[in-house]
Amino acid sequence: MNAEAYPTAGLASSSVSALAAMKGVFARDMKVAFRQKQDLLNPLLFFIMVVTLFPLGVSPEVSFLSEAGAGILWVAALLSVLLSLDHLFRHDFDDGTLEQLVLQPQPLFLLILAKTLAHWMLTGLPLVLLTPILGVMVHLDGNSIAVLCLTLLIGTPILSLIGAIGAALTLGLRSAGVLLSLLIIPLYIPVLIFGTGTVAAATEGAPVGAYLALMGAFLMLALTLAPFAAAAALRISLSNG
Amino acid sequence: MSEPLPLTPEPLLQAVNLQCERDKRILFRELSFSILPGTVTRVEGPNGSGKTTLLRMLAGLNDAWTGELKWCGSPVASQREAFARNMLYIGHRPGIKPLLTPVENLRALMAGRRPVPDSIFRQALQGTGLAGFEDVPCRNLSAGQQRRVALSRLLIADEPLWLLDEVFTAIDADGVQALETLLQQRAAEGGAVLITTHHDLALPGMQRLTLGAKGLSDER
Repeated sequence: MNAEAYPTAGLASSSVSALAAMKGVFARDMKVAFRQKQDLLNPLLFFIMVVTLFPLGVSPEVSFLSEAGAGILWVAALLSVLLSLDHLFRHDFDDGTLEQLVLQPQPLFLLILAKTLAHWMLTGLPLVLLTPILGVMVHLDGNSIAVLCLTLLIGTPILSLIGAIGAALTLGLRSAGVLLSLLIIPLYIPVLIFGTGTVAAATEGAPVGAYLALMGAFLMLALTLAPFAAAAALRISLSNG
Repeated sequence: MSEPLPLTPEPLLQAVNLQCERDKRILFRELSFSILPGTVTRVEGPNGSGKTTLLRMLAGLNDAWTGELKWCGSPVASQREAFARNMLYIGHRPGIKPLLTPVENLRALMAGRRPVPDSIFRQALQGTGLAGFEDVPCRNLSAGQQRRVALSRLLIADEPLWLLDEVFTAIDADGVQALETLLQQRAAEGGAVLITTHHDLALPGMQRLTLGAKGLSDER
């Protein structure tokens, strides 16, 4: 280990821009995820399985499915996001990369935002892309499927953002899974109600603009507040670790 | 981008009356010390005396303490980002993703600090004896090699303050020797190093910070 040709010690006043740091975090998380494909497929398979098992377990009647279909898809999407949340910080915590993330000379909430965005691209977005196929399977009509996709497109990032707070809070705990669900589910309920409510309105032919605007407001609220809360929670969890 | 360190030996890091409690047990109290540029300080104490906790506190990973911590004369809390930019912490857990290759790991670790071209990473990895392993996923490397990946950050670091927690773990005799040389070189350049280790580390002019006792004792 000879140190020639390497930088010497000196007080630095500037570091790279926050955007470059966010890109770094995002690119790393994507790369890691694609090298561990089973983690990537797990929530998707869960989503597909729940939706396919409902007609078999309850009733394959067209009347039942077209009425309950949107709700089934929303609940399945919600649970599969919940299932993937534990991985958001857990692996990073175990191998020490989370410590290094916190120690970067950058605002932590922005780095967490980048991480959450990667999480959504890897879980929420594929669910939205699968929805049209599964929507046809549960006999939803074209208009309902379009609205359902739109609500999931707005709704799943909210789930990821709120989930990041819970995942950060329960990081240092041994029985994190149960506590995470208990903490997060109550916060997910409004999103679920508005998500399914929007599709129900669309099925009845009512205008959905107001519903979607409200969901958009939820998303903005989560986008601006959740990263701060998750950053604070992460610091607390690391403090005990 | 970085300016040379001041020649007057003003302390880089100053701790005043630190006290830390963990699980209702006081690990240390009234702990005061200054870290001057150009010094290597070994934090000593038996297992459970709070060496790791102290280093995590100094790095800013642990908030459960009272006292005052100053970086270049002003409180750390008021200049967190400037402090983080000038401090390098390597902990028990090496901070290496097993699924990524050494080069990708270094790239991720440096992404928020300063732009470094890949060629420098490769050079640093060769410098730590990992030539030929630059593009092998880290999970295929041994524990010692993984730690060497983390340590190659030291070769490309311009941060003046290093906090190194048990970095000799799983490193072979040659590696330990090389690392000792590196620490000495670093101190000669004006950097400051705080290190915990159970190895027999004896560098000339090394300071010792013994937990349980108050203040610094000097070996010189």
